[in-house]
Amino acid sequence: MAALFLLLPLLAIFLRVPPGKLISQLGDPVVRDALVVTLKTNAIAMALILLIGTPTAYLIGTRRFRGRALAVTLVELPLVLPPAVAGIGLLAAFGRVGLLGTPIDWLGLQIPFSQIAVVMAITFVASPFYLRQGIAAFEALDQNLVDAARTLGASPQRVFFRVALPLAAGSLGAGAALAFARGIGEFGATIMFAGSFQGITQTLPLAIYSEFDVDFDIALTISALLVVVSAMILLAVKLRPAWTRSESTSPFLFARSSSS
Amino acid sequence: MDALRIDISVPLRSFVLELALDVGKETVALVGPSGAGKTTVLRSVAGLTRPERGRISCGKATWFDADRNLFLPPEERSVGLVFQEYALFPHLDVRRNVAFGGGGNVDELLERFRIGHLSGARPSRLSGGERQRVALARALARDPAVLLLDEPLSALDAHTKTRVRAELHELLAETGLPTLLVTHDFEDAATLADRVGVLVDGRLVQLAPPAALVAFPADSFVASLGGANLLRGVARPGDNGLVEVTLAGGERIYSTDEVEGEVTAIVYPWEISIALAPTTDSALNHIPTEITSLVPVANRVRVGLGVLVAEVTASSVDRLQLAVGQRVTASFKAAATRLIPSR
Repeated sequence: MAALFLLLPLLAIFLRVPPGKLISQLGDPVVRDALVVTLKTNAIAMALILLIGTPTAYLIGTRRFRGRALAVTLVELPLVLPPAVAGIGLLAAFGRVGLLGTPIDWLGLQIPFSQIAVVMAITFVASPFYLRQGIAAFEALDQNLVDAARTLGASPQRVFFRVALPLAAGSLGAGAALAFARGIGEFGATIMFAGSFQGITQTLPLAIYSEFDVDFDIALTISALLVVVSAMILLAVKLRPAWTRSESTSPFLFARSSSS
Repeated sequence: MDALRIDISVPLRSFVLELALDVGKETVALVGPSGAGKTTVLRSVAGLTRPERGRISCGKATWFDADRNLFLPPEERSVGLVFQEYALFPHLDVRRNVAFGGGGNVDELLERFRIGHLSGARPSRLSGGERQRVALARALARDPAVLLLDEPLSALDAHTKTRVRAELHELLAETGLPTLLVTHDFEDAATLADRVGVLVDGRLVQLAPPAALVAFPADSFVASLGGANLLRGVARPGDNGLVEVTLAGGERIYSTDEVEGEVTAIVYPWEISIALAPTTDSALNHIPTEITSLVPVANRVRVGLGVLVAEVTASSVDRLQLAVGQRVTASFKAAATRLIPSR
């Protein structure tokens, strides 16, 4: 019963519109624009999350410092925060009349209702998924391996790239996939902070909402697309143990031994 | 030749580790109960733990000098450290593990340690003995000036241990590096090291070649490490020119050592012989007792005799048809009975 309850809405999306029409409607300008905006903003957001999140997770996961527990809690806060509240918060901080409104104005920037706002909203709500996983992965790192690497002449930076990162790669990949899934589906914070302008800030979930009373079939098409993407991400996460255990490949090319 | 000089003080949880030790071109083993500070010594030399006071130097290079506020990080010290559980990198194959530190001829090392055929294998697929050889090869690949071994044999099962110990002994002689190893097993220390230091609660109780440690233990702890029987009693001059000790159980034994008062008598298991009937021989000490256990150890048998343990050959056990529960007489010479005043 429970499984049916969870599965039925997904099936309904595909059963309402014939598959042929689904595919042809992917070419609709609204869908195309939303897809481009979604991919672009999510790519930038993920790049930011990986580049800043990975060293942050490493520091929090491996160092003991005052206020560490507070840092971990802060990282997890966006997970429990309602997305609409996050959107209002971002607006209150970076909006025209917000906390940082004046300095941002001086720089000639206008953040709210721009693509930057979409990226910020996605980063805000999605990064905790990656950070949490990353902190846990680096916490689980065997300190003896770090010590061994140091006595073998590796600097702390080299330890990070050659030992910590490759060993945490599996968990980090899973965290990144979850963050990506969250980012793709982001709605609440984005509509508050970035609005829904086709071709600029209208991502796929926002397009579903705006097409809802214009053309329900388009809304269904976009939904079907998101179901497929989400299913693929879930599958990738579930299959993760298989490729982390893999003997021959390392997901981080730059982390591989240079001596081979 | 570059000697390792250690003179450090490190506060630990319930005591302060104070150690002054020079290691030349030899193997020195630090032995003691767990929590005595043994691993801290190795970590201090490797630069993984910063001592509070003192100096550590190797040849002309000073690695740590508290007075000059000098503390080189591990990567700037020339040490090869073999970790207790070997700490091989699980994501790298054998070859990349050995090559991690760079330098050295990796192929030559793989050959020398007979792990060439394993070069593409991950550590998880190796046996305990193989892991140890990889860990040693990896530590030596950087051409270190000092070799440090943390419980090198404790991760091995009893079966492979004897063989690996012999291999390790040969290897240490071959490398000719100042080597410091720590272990809780006196037998490992005695077989591998030229000198053995006994570390208790952060202090070096005695430092001597293994044979001297067994023959002249500084205290009852050192004696018990060597596997000796410890018998508590009261000593007074006897009428035969020897010292007579009345044991807690009422038995009287004699010793050539001249001590009086509360003592611990030390008798090594291999000094005790077992007879079926009360005997008259050159040994002065005869204790009637009962066999409580028979445990084979290699080609010998450890025979439990109440408060005593004797070690005899397996063939003697067969010849006398010794069995648990049998009444026997344990005999040992007065000259083989060491006396140490109790504190």
